[in-house]
Amino acid sequence: MWRVLKHNKTTTVSAIVLIIFFGAAIFADQIAPFDPLKTSNETFQTPSRKFLFGTDDLGRDVFSGVIHGAQTSILVGVSVALLSGLIGVFVGAVAGFAGGVWDDFLMRLTELFLIPPQFFLALVIAALFGSTLLNIILILTITGWTTMARLVRAEVLSLKERSFVEASKAMGASPARILFHDILPNASPLIITKMVLMVGGVILLEAGLEFVGLGDANQISWGYMLHNGQHFIRDGWWIIAFPSLALAALVLALNIVGDALNSALNPNAKSAYLKSS
Amino acid sequence: MTRSQFSKIPFSRVFNRLLVRRVVQSLILILLLIVINFFLIHLAPGDPVYYLAGQSGDEAYYELIRAKFGLDQPLTTQLWTYLSSVLRGDLGYSLSYQQPVASVIFSRVPATLLLVLSALLMATVGGVLLGVEAARRENSLADRLCNTFALLGHSFPSFSIGHILLLFFALYLGLFPAQGMISASQDLSGLDYWLDILVHLALPAVTLAIVQIAQIMRLTRSEMLNVLGENFITTARAKGVSERKVLYGHALRNALLPVVTIIGTDLGMLLSGAVLTETVFAYPGLGRLTLEVLAARDYPVLMGLFLLISIAVAVMNFLTDITYPLIDPRIKYSR
Repeated sequence: MWRVLKHNKTTTVSAIVLIIFFGAAIFADQIAPFDPLKTSNETFQTPSRKFLFGTDDLGRDVFSGVIHGAQTSILVGVSVALLSGLIGVFVGAVAGFAGGVWDDFLMRLTELFLIPPQFFLALVIAALFGSTLLNIILILTITGWTTMARLVRAEVLSLKERSFVEASKAMGASPARILFHDILPNASPLIITKMVLMVGGVILLEAGLEFVGLGDANQISWGYMLHNGQHFIRDGWWIIAFPSLALAALVLALNIVGDALNSALNPNAKSAYLKSS
Repeated sequence: MTRSQFSKIPFSRVFNRLLVRRVVQSLILILLLIVINFFLIHLAPGDPVYYLAGQSGDEAYYELIRAKFGLDQPLTTQLWTYLSSVLRGDLGYSLSYQQPVASVIFSRVPATLLLVLSALLMATVGGVLLGVEAARRENSLADRLCNTFALLGHSFPSFSIGHILLLFFALYLGLFPAQGMISASQDLSGLDYWLDILVHLALPAVTLAIVQIAQIMRLTRSEMLNVLGENFITTARAKGVSERKVLYGHALRNALLPVVTIIGTDLGMLLSGAVLTETVFAYPGLGRLTLEVLAARDYPVLMGLFLLISIAVAVMNFLTDITYPLIDPRIKYSR
């Protein structure tokens, strides 16, 4: 990982950008000069020394919103990638390893989940069940595990035929031991890369939901800022420009680092973000 | 049945068998999607009648809907009632539009179809051309620019791209209208009418296409690089076939096949993207409708939209599945 970082300037810059965003998310309360949801009389202020990114229609500080929005995006992105990634690994591993009826059942289930576009499925569930932050995390988790499941299944199927699995079998290892000690550790570079690459996609989905108005009212987020700010696009470009820029920069950095991680860990694979949507 | 047995059966019969199999599979999937719709309505917090009727009804109307869907009956009976009413094409009634759900949705289909198809056309032509040219000049400056573009297209949310285009081309330069599908103030006809539609279409369609161009370009490029390394390309070049013909005649024909397979999934992504893009440009299609019914809590329309979009994707997947073996004779029909 480190060697890849050192040899590629783009990747280095992206890694630094990521560190900045994660730092902003963790220390949001210390960095942000104002409460991002607190309204004031100073509406539509252009960016200045007091309001670095200006203020919006209700006099809320856009800079503080961007900082706190990083918290929301990263929280949702990382937890959904982890949770749905684990579900995907579980489904894929069982399907690929157990085979037969299990494989058939789980893969048909995956295909069913793949038909409705993930964004639309998430949108409908969020509209019906409410869109608190926790709900959004759960919704994106239960709609997002399919690509990981397919990836892991294919990998398990190919690893299952390798000679080191043969050897383990010959030594009398139990199926569980073969799966957890031989197959999954060998699939882990692929799984880790895929999880990292999922984070960016999840952040875009979450922002999309907030953008159409399915957000948590108690939590500032970039998607909500864009949802609110788009009505004032003629009054102040800064209201939507900065959250938009932050969103794109974070996702871009995540994709570049994920891609670098992919070529470091899976040297034979093609570019990973091609498959990651 | 093994592959060798199949190879003795005439193509048409094998293909028909595949066709029947796929039709049955797709129908089962669509049926399951309706069942999922039903369970979503019943699992959601609160009285299911709100989700079947929308939130703006009065008590008398709710009683009517309760009776229609048999909400006092056991769940299995309700499922049957729901299934049969949806299968008869009855998606419910929209209170906020005072119209049946199906006619609310279908009145918006042409606008979205125009938007999505023109985006798909631009994305496919642009993506394939860029992909071929990038593969031809592997690792050159142009290739790296294309790769950067693909990475950007993959990372920028479609509404950000839309906002940038809107700010620059519509508000700053004033070249294109910022909102809507036609100019409301003028009464245009003939050629002017179509030109008006075209200038309104430009920005949303380009926005929607950019994300897809990136994906198609990446796929075409990597497939082209694979194909260009093969022997028949060397042979063609050795025979003195012109480079253009080698690229677009010999290589592209083989590289295009995987690109075709992603068009089915592309439709789903385009329709999702249309929700966001139409929001940015106030374009009166299905995406804009989604936003309006979300605000009005008109759940019957929302569930109908969900169902119809899913069915559209299922049909598209089915069409991709059956055209794939038709254009690639190497595919064996073992399944």
